[in-house]
Amino acid sequence: VEEGIAVSVEVRLPTLLRPAAGGERHVEAEGKTIGEVLVNLQTTYPGMAGQVLTDGGELHRFVNVYVNDDDVRYIGKLETKVDEDDVVSILPAVAGGA
Amino acid sequence: VTSALELPAHVVEEMVAHCLRALPEEGCGLLAGDPQNAVVNKCFPTRNAAASAKRYEVDPRDLLRADRQAEEGEMSLIGVFHSHTHTDAYPSPTDVAEAPDPSWHYVVVSLRHEVPALRCYRIVSGEISEEPVLVRGAGR
Repeated sequence: VEEGIAVSVEVRLPTLLRPAAGGERHVEAEGKTIGEVLVNLQTTYPGMAGQVLTDGGELHRFVNVYVNDDDVRYIGKLETKVDEDDVVSILPAVAGGA
Repeated sequence: VTSALELPAHVVEEMVAHCLRALPEEGCGLLAGDPQNAVVNKCFPTRNAAASAKRYEVDPRDLLRADRQAEEGEMSLIGVFHSHTHTDAYPSPTDVAEAPDPSWHYVVVSLRHEVPALRCYRIVSGEISEEPVLVRGAGR
């Protein structure tokens, strides 16, 4: 595989984002990196705009994004490379306090 | 029509037991069921990554694991529970500010008094409304 070719990966959506994708739990999105996958996801499903990436293009702090088992914040962040067998999971960061 | 969150008695017991075990820190976990109705089928106790008596953060790995297991059981994550170790079972300003999903059910377990108190809320656009809880299978 030539380096830098965009691949289509499976993206698992949380309940919050499913209405923007017609109720689907899983969708496909293309990219070479997780950042590109998320930009393309928000372009395909405009209802997700601002919910995964901020207007400045950063990962929203209320969202966790994983490539397979790894939280991308602890690996390559938005530069994390993706392969076509990878599964991307988006979940809300669940927190609060007394 | 007043909606209610239906919780199996064993889930209530698991939530309270997990919160008691987590003391002195806040305990937390996730609730799974069918997103189309307010019925919880399973609870996933999780680690509190904040390891604090005043804050909880569902451990990101536990969150992913719970989400996958819920999906394998043809369920979705539809809510979260956490304990208030020294305050009442009412969402704090932090709980409201960080509530991730307006469709979710937010259960708060208060351990302020000797007998734990459990309440459920919806949090939509910063507005808190209490949701009645129906415990199914109690008294068996």
